Amino acid sequence: MSMNEAAKQIRQERLLYLLSPIGLLVLWQLAIMAGLGDRRFVPAPSDIVERFWLLCVSGELPWDTVVTLWRIVAGFLVGAIPGVALGLAMAMWRSVRIIVDPLIAALFPIPKLALMPLILLAFGFGETSKVVVVAIGAFFPVIVNAYAGAANIEKIYIDVARNYGATPWIMFAKVVFYGALPLIFAGLRVALAISFIIGTAAEFIAAKSGIGYLIWSSWELLQVDAMFVGIVTIGLLGVITSTLFVEVERKVIPWKAP
Amino acid sequence: MATEPARKGAKIEIAGLRKVFETPRGSVEAISTIDLQIKPGEFFCIVGPSGCGKSTLLRILAGLEKQSAGTISVDSAGWPVENAMVFQESGLFPWMSVEENVGFGLMTRGVSPAERAPRVEAAMRLVGLSQFRRHFPHQLSGGMRQRGAIARAFVTDPAVLYMDEPFAALDAQNRTILQEELIRIWETTRKTVVYITHSIDEALFLGDRIAVMTAHPGRIKEILDVPFPHPRNLMALSVTPTFGELKLKIWHVLEEEVNRARATEDAV
Repeated sequence: MSMNEAAKQIRQERLLYLLSPIGLLVLWQLAIMAGLGDRRFVPAPSDIVERFWLLCVSGELPWDTVVTLWRIVAGFLVGAIPGVALGLAMAMWRSVRIIVDPLIAALFPIPKLALMPLILLAFGFGETSKVVVVAIGAFFPVIVNAYAGAANIEKIYIDVARNYGATPWIMFAKVVFYGALPLIFAGLRVALAISFIIGTAAEFIAAKSGIGYLIWSSWELLQVDAMFVGIVTIGLLGVITSTLFVEVERKVIPWKAP
Repeated sequence: MATEPARKGAKIEIAGLRKVFETPRGSVEAISTIDLQIKPGEFFCIVGPSGCGKSTLLRILAGLEKQSAGTISVDSAGWPVENAMVFQESGLFPWMSVEENVGFGLMTRGVSPAERAPRVEAAMRLVGLSQFRRHFPHQLSGGMRQRGAIARAFVTDPAVLYMDEPFAALDAQNRTILQEELIRIWETTRKTVVYITHSIDEALFLGDRIAVMTAHPGRIKEILDVPFPHPRNLMALSVTPTFGELKLKIWHVLEEEVNRARATEDAV
């Protein structure tokens, strides 16, 4: 009885949750149909859906999506993996921390896109430049979180491991690494979002394909509906990857109470 | 434990032990000169006011901290594992199952998984955690976690067990049950146990001897013998006149130190 009522309430809340975005879209559509706004500059949701379909059928949108995803995922991995390794090394060895700390302090605040011209100089206009700029963006939140996670493990776990005679390798592989995992994942989540932001923005300036390029070239051609298609696609990709990410996290950190 | 005869506990000799902490505001003496002999297979309890350095003493004995002066010798010839410590918080690793946690001390000593399994199984059975082998610590109650920590200590078959108020965070009923279980396990294994507590009752239930420590800086003020024979029935023990007399006697020794500890706290 009460279980049913609780389930009913959850269903109602979910509906309410969808109500505001759907309501907004309906208002938008009605406003455009009523002649408010210039349809060339402000497309109606129906126009965007139509364009979405056309771009899908032509194969343009699927290809751009694949290209963008490849750049983002590759850059994310290239940045995140050394970020985890170096962050943990900072916590394990004081000397590593002393060397790396000032570099992080100096480089983290620089907008990574400001490096794009330099990266183009170094790597040219090909795929590498986009992967590199995303990797640089993903690297910093991961290294900072991995270090914080490993350095702030509760002292009792270190005491227990020492008391049972753990070797440095066991201390690292069975205690410090796992103890740092929740914060590492928090860092990876931030890094994934940053990868999306930097990846698409890099495509504005320095690409001839990808969702970012689609948005930017539509702007240049004043195809406002195609611009919206690009924006919505990025949003959807963000939702899908972050949902997948939560699932991965649940698998990798089963001990973290929900 | 099941696969080989459990070895009896070792003898501990502590001579001239001192501990001074260096702080920005000067040096603070935590322990001033402790001389102590603990017999092989003895259950030795230490009570004392808060901040008297009893935990520091245990951490030094367990090798987690270095003394400023003095020597500790543990007669544990031939032991692969000299000591195992049980902390107030269980300290079970949240990312390991009960089984992996209990086997941790064997893994660090390079015992092969095949050899580990039966010993871990026996230790889990000893504390009643067999059905929870695949559980993570957050899925267990506080009492079960502490059982896991005890199993993890006993499974390594150590010469000495150091226990730092292991049941202090538990509710009264769970505490009594775990005290009963611990004394049963000890009666069969006869390990040397150094057990820190702030509860006189607990010290009387478990100990062969009880040392009362002074307020800060910590010294051994008095050592009392506990005359109760084994096997002990804790609840029955607690209503005997001897228990009451001893409790009062220890309280009088302790009271003075507790008041001194409070006086210095107020002064600071």
